[in-house]
Amino acid sequence: MTAIAADTQVRIDEMPAVRMVGVDKWYATYHALKSVDLEVARGEKIVVCGPSGSGKSTLIRCINQLEPVQGGTIIVDGIELTAGPKFVEQVRRDVGMVFQQFNLFPHMTILQNCMLAPMKVRGVSRAEAEATARKYLERVRIPEQADKFPAQLSGGQQQRVAIARALCMNPKIMLFDEPTSALDPEMVNEVLDTMIDLAQEGMTMIVVTHEMGFARKVADRVVFMDNGEIVEMGEPEAFFSNPQQERTRNFLGQIGH
Amino acid sequence: MIRAFGPNEFLFIVMAVQWTIALSAVAFAGGAVGGLLIALARTSKPRVLRYSALVFIRIFQGTPLLMQLFLVFFGLNIFGIGINPWIAAAIALTLHASAFLGEIWRGCIEAVPSGQSEAAWALGLGYRDTMTSIVLPQAARIAVAPTVGFLVQLIKGTSLASIIGFVEMTRAGQIINNATFAPLTVFSVVALLYFILCWPLSMLARSVELRFAAANRR
Repeated sequence: MTAIAADTQVRIDEMPAVRMVGVDKWYATYHALKSVDLEVARGEKIVVCGPSGSGKSTLIRCINQLEPVQGGTIIVDGIELTAGPKFVEQVRRDVGMVFQQFNLFPHMTILQNCMLAPMKVRGVSRAEAEATARKYLERVRIPEQADKFPAQLSGGQQQRVAIARALCMNPKIMLFDEPTSALDPEMVNEVLDTMIDLAQEGMTMIVVTHEMGFARKVADRVVFMDNGEIVEMGEPEAFFSNPQQERTRNFLGQIGH
Repeated sequence: MIRAFGPNEFLFIVMAVQWTIALSAVAFAGGAVGGLLIALARTSKPRVLRYSALVFIRIFQGTPLLMQLFLVFFGLNIFGIGINPWIAAAIALTLHASAFLGEIWRGCIEAVPSGQSEAAWALGLGYRDTMTSIVLPQAARIAVAPTVGFLVQLIKGTSLASIIGFVEMTRAGQIINNATFAPLTVFSVVALLYFILCWPLSMLARSVELRFAAANRR
């Protein structure tokens, strides 16, 4: 009995955080993801890059099913997402997401933004939700903004709140969809620093970004996408110094990393 | 024998204002419930819901309010359901308001950026919590001005209930006119009373709209 339990435990630990097999996504007649395979281990940090329209945002939006897929299998933390709507909500609870446009709730204070989901979804008490929210606002270094509304904060501050809001759900995986692309240049670093802290704490992260400095520093693997396919994938050192594919070389040349 | 238009006649019309207000209030309250359901159906995923709501809206937007009143009043009588003008007017105006408010509020719900519901879903919130905590509170702010604007239309629309015999302000005016033959005086009074009801509401809608525009600029 104990042996079997221990054995199961091992298997759960070895199970990848995300496993995508042959995922196909269509927008009407446009083939956005072409039979994509990707496996992300627990604690791994993946940076996804590629030209606009390459399907990189679509890829991570499939992981919490903001985009439904037409084919293939997606398994997140051992739960098969593609098996039905009940599983989707289960997965979303454990997968945090940070958006390009922050998407804070403008009619709520910063604190309320952070407390809503834990109270509604996890059913934690108001006091506990507030304590958690203040803890994470402290972590992203804006505890003093708790009672303001999102519109009163700078873009960088708003994005850090968005990160704190996602962390309040105590997620196992964090998805970042171009988190610094809508920011003024002087605010990019404060958000990247927060993400680096998070990475160092061992969070599983999948990050769509053009910040190649961040990729070099944090990523375990870099994924290059073009035209709905994963063209190349590798450790940052090898990926940047010695890209195998022509399309990857062109892309890296263009962004002048 | 022709009566003169005196204080008693004036009072008779003024007293009928309560029925105009009552009919407007019932139709608006019923229309708010119906309109919310219609708006939610129109913005929902299932096709059946979306299209049935659309058909309902098109029917009531595409036919005159007077025909809707006739159809409810005479229609139900033909089917042997005895119905008094008050109930008939309340039903017809409620359906009418449901369709119009449903369409107005659909627009307000769709005006809330899709990133808002995406953020809510990504946090694991279900449809109900996403709507009640995130989408509807933001849609409501946008909805105040056009909703008050429609209420003004609805109050004026209740005058048509006079034609099926419901004694509200307009019908009271007709009754007094039949006795006094002073149409200009009588209907000036009636029109003035409608204006007194509607004008403050129009002002309210305007000030809310300005405040909302100012808040958006901030």
